[in-house]
Amino acid sequence: MRHVFSVRIGPVGFRIGSDWRAPIAQLESLYADYPAPRDGVPDFNVRLFAARPWRRFMRPAVMIGGDFVLPEAAPLPLAQGLLAAEMGMNLQMALGQRRFLLLHASVVERDGRALLMTGISGAGKSTLAALLGARGWRLMGDEFALVDPESGAIHAFPRLVSLKNEAIGVVEAGVPGGRFGPLLAGTPKGDIRHLVPEAAALAAMDKPAEPALILFPRFGFDPAERDVLPSEVFVRLTQASTNYVAIGERGFDALTRIVKTVPARAIDYPDTDSAIAQVEALWAAL
Amino acid sequence: MPDRLYRMERPENLRVAHLDSFTAVYHRNSGITHLITAPAPEILATLGEAGMTFTALRETLASAYELGDLDDAALAARLDELVAAGLVSTA
Repeated sequence: MRHVFSVRIGPVGFRIGSDWRAPIAQLESLYADYPAPRDGVPDFNVRLFAARPWRRFMRPAVMIGGDFVLPEAAPLPLAQGLLAAEMGMNLQMALGQRRFLLLHASVVERDGRALLMTGISGAGKSTLAALLGARGWRLMGDEFALVDPESGAIHAFPRLVSLKNEAIGVVEAGVPGGRFGPLLAGTPKGDIRHLVPEAAALAAMDKPAEPALILFPRFGFDPAERDVLPSEVFVRLTQASTNYVAIGERGFDALTRIVKTVPARAIDYPDTDSAIAQVEALWAAL
Repeated sequence: MPDRLYRMERPENLRVAHLDSFTAVYHRNSGITHLITAPAPEILATLGEAGMTFTALRETLASAYELGDLDDAALAARLDELVAAGLVSTA
């Protein structure tokens, strides 16, 4: 394609091709400190292309293609090309990743042990991961936890942290000096702004961690905590996995090992300060 | 009605993980994960590969697991579910 950018995020290499320069320039800037794919060979390809040749110039609309595609995906305006690239990369992972069991979760690490946070959209996974990442934790990822089926370890996938709507202001205030991407207003998911993970998170992206605690956060409620039974954790994590069925028995073994060995708590929180205090207290009590 | 013989699916086709009151069972032939609860895990453990007739199964469950309140209709229904899931076969 006309414009190309390659990057490695944790163990996964991507090659993004585009009909337009602008999204590639934004990726080059925001992913400037990331390595290239190992041996120059990407695991996945993403293509940002115009549905018709003239749509490169006339009301340019970015179609998302790649090794794996959703046929009904709607194009995005060129101003949201960065979002299209991120969606394309996520799509390759969700539909094509077979090496790891993928859990839709954010992950932070301390002392070699990983804290996984998973929940519905709006639960605060990305926000809490970004804030913890600026408070002594290593951000391992805000979107996917990569579980190694053989060892059970979590591999980092520290892509740009995707902040939506109210979370943007919260993280801008909570991570002073953070490197943010452009504000993408009025996307299908609302306003979106990306945060570049801290340098320490990128430097350690090849270091896996042992899962030590699973949290199911819920934003907008009075502070509360409860244990979650293994069977409920199992069901919720199968629902949070994009490839549990696809990887078969290896996924079953990896997931049952996590469920049987890693404690899990559901936490409700009214604001992020309260959530961070709850997380620190639970971590200290492990 | 003749007393049918029921057999558990061959153990090499199953992965079983006891979680709490639920047991997760991965069925290799179908690739499907089942989450089962009493009396299904007890039925599987009791039948084993050798298999057992309905009557023998009911009596063994009643004595070994204190599942005496399990009536014939309920046990038959649970067995039908396990057969449909491929975890139990009938002879």
